[in-house]
Amino acid sequence: MSHGEHAAPVGGRFFSPGTIVLAALAAVGLAAYLYRLVYGLEAATNLNNQYPWGIWIAIDVASGVALAAGGFTTAALADIFRREEYHAIVRPALLTAMLGYTFVVIGLLADLGRYYNVWHPMLPSMWQGDSVLFEVGICVMIYLSVLYIEFLPIVAERFKGRVNLPGPLRILNRVVNSWLVVCDRFLGRFISLFIIAGVVLSCLHQSSLGTLMVIAPTKVHPLWYTPILPLLFLLSAIAVGFPMVIFESILSSRSFKLKPETKMLSEIAVYTPVLLGVYLAVKIADLTLRDAVGYVFDGSVQSIMFLVEVGAGVVAPLILLASHRVRASLAGLFTAATLVILGVAVNRVNVFLVSYRPPYAVKTYFPSLIEILVTVGLISTLVLVYRAMVMVFPVLPGERKAAPAALPQETSERAA
Amino acid sequence: MSMRRRELLKILGAGSLTLLDGGRPARAYQDAEPPVSPDTPAVLVDTVACIGCRKCELACNVENGLSTRTAAEFDDTSVLETSRRPSHDAFTVVNRFRGPESESRVWNIKLQCMHCVDPACASACLVGALRKDPRGPVTYDAWKCIGCRYCMIACPFQIPAYEYGKAVQPRVRKCVFCASRLAEGRTPACVAICPNEALSFGTRQEIIDAAHTRIQAGRGRYVDHVYGEHEGGGTSWVYLAPVDFALTGLPELDSEPIPRRTRTIQHGLFKSFVPPLALYGLLGLIMHSMRNGNGDTSVGRSDESR
Repeated sequence: MSHGEHAAPVGGRFFSPGTIVLAALAAVGLAAYLYRLVYGLEAATNLNNQYPWGIWIAIDVASGVALAAGGFTTAALADIFRREEYHAIVRPALLTAMLGYTFVVIGLLADLGRYYNVWHPMLPSMWQGDSVLFEVGICVMIYLSVLYIEFLPIVAERFKGRVNLPGPLRILNRVVNSWLVVCDRFLGRFISLFIIAGVVLSCLHQSSLGTLMVIAPTKVHPLWYTPILPLLFLLSAIAVGFPMVIFESILSSRSFKLKPETKMLSEIAVYTPVLLGVYLAVKIADLTLRDAVGYVFDGSVQSIMFLVEVGAGVVAPLILLASHRVRASLAGLFTAATLVILGVAVNRVNVFLVSYRPPYAVKTYFPSLIEILVTVGLISTLVLVYRAMVMVFPVLPGERKAAPAALPQETSERAA
Repeated sequence: MSMRRRELLKILGAGSLTLLDGGRPARAYQDAEPPVSPDTPAVLVDTVACIGCRKCELACNVENGLSTRTAAEFDDTSVLETSRRPSHDAFTVVNRFRGPESESRVWNIKLQCMHCVDPACASACLVGALRKDPRGPVTYDAWKCIGCRYCMIACPFQIPAYEYGKAVQPRVRKCVFCASRLAEGRTPACVAICPNEALSFGTRQEIIDAAHTRIQAGRGRYVDHVYGEHEGGGTSWVYLAPVDFALTGLPELDSEPIPRRTRTIQHGLFKSFVPPLALYGLLGLIMHSMRNGNGDTSVGRSDESR
């Protein structure tokens, strides 16, 4: 793959008024995270025996995984269906997925009562094939590794031949460099195997995340309880992939004062109304077949949240993006993409929280301040790390600049 | 994709069938489910015979070393009026319920883990910390647990409780049917102490037969319904009540085992790993043919797709 030819690290200063705010939120979030680790879940959260899952599962984990779907949808488009012209968006989407999943795991660790046992599902003696969560866990673990492997060639491209570790570490320069060369050579030959694996693993766990709540038929509101929840989760994850890429691309071009990729973004936006349409059709057919349409307009909290989710998050962007004029304008693209993203995030929150009506609940769950601070802090940290990464690695489109060489350049550029 | 789509269609079919026929067993995947052994231990809770003395709560507290509450505290029956739930420091609680014409009469109902024949919590648990012991109890191995609390999402009776207050080594807590006492051939602590035969212990078959016999002999003292005989695929603790079970606070469940649907989906998608591998092969094929079709030679890195 030759994605790298037109990617380069972004120049400029790391800190801006926006990043200082994010850094403050990240610092507060870290403090809240430590508070949870030291004082436990009861002190930090509003979770109880009736509501065992809160926003750390619904937002950090479930929405996080869905919104990282850009990684596998762009890989499928550019690398499997060979739409080479879209390679410029593969790297940003890959970085988003890699960081997204990393932060999903960090968020999950806050929620796990025994976070230090998170590796247990890897032990064959504890495998439990009936458990949906077991499959999700294993798939996410493998997929996260695949994402890091897919990112290695970008690291190699940046540092091959110019590894320059600080201080006494510099004796390792040569070892690290030859390791990078070996990785790059190996991945140059076999990266396709990992790319396909990434797509398969994504299909599996994106859908299984929906299967999770199928085990609670008496607790999940009929607007969302359906045995085809896994299919709906997969379809919505696929639909949100490109909007996420569009959203990020427009934000980073603004933030770094780069030329926006309007043409390419409006081209990939063509797929979105189709994918949203399929998702909407399956959702409506399912509601009709299950005789659940009556709940849509009954005025309950659930019905309002459902209308917001489907109206603002599916129907509105579908109509917007069906229009050529909207797709051709940056503002139109950005608005519609944001709606799709919020729609999918609201859907995940609906499925995991709003629809969840446990028997014997005394009061309904609302997240505590600590829970909110941790979630906001994780998102802020993710954005900061993304910013740092694109300033170090050739991820965003741009002309490659000559970097100062610390070691003699290896002549192992194979791409023709 | 074709394999995968076929599996998915099968699931969709199975799913909508279970919905359409009101949750009666869909025949397709029954083989994966544990058989109901009539010989596993069971307990009959007779809410008409229960006098609400809370001795079972006391015995449970002592047997499991749950709290420092004294025996005298368990003599206080005023708590029966509040609707309590089993918790991390009380694996069983007795609640009061009323008949349809309020104020008329009150009865007491003991709550604890139902020890389902096909427990949702054990099916949900990703590390097998909760498991259905073939001898009957649903047991918990804290050492395996990662604290995800998916069991609490899955349980339709809302039984597993969590030690939220502990920053390290929190546990899921629930009645384990006094598994160690059962292994020694003794009855559970609560059954042993019950002064009024509100709790009877035996094999599941004996207990269900005895329940039906009591209904017949009671001539109207009980409604003709043994709760737990079929609910949620059957439970090891079954109940008799003088009034409709909707008034007792026990959830209304059909006879479909709670974990059947997720199991059907999981086993359908992963049947011998064929669907994921088929998808892998198909995507590889697309990748390969697209390159040939495009005649694109600039993709040096993707030579070895297969």
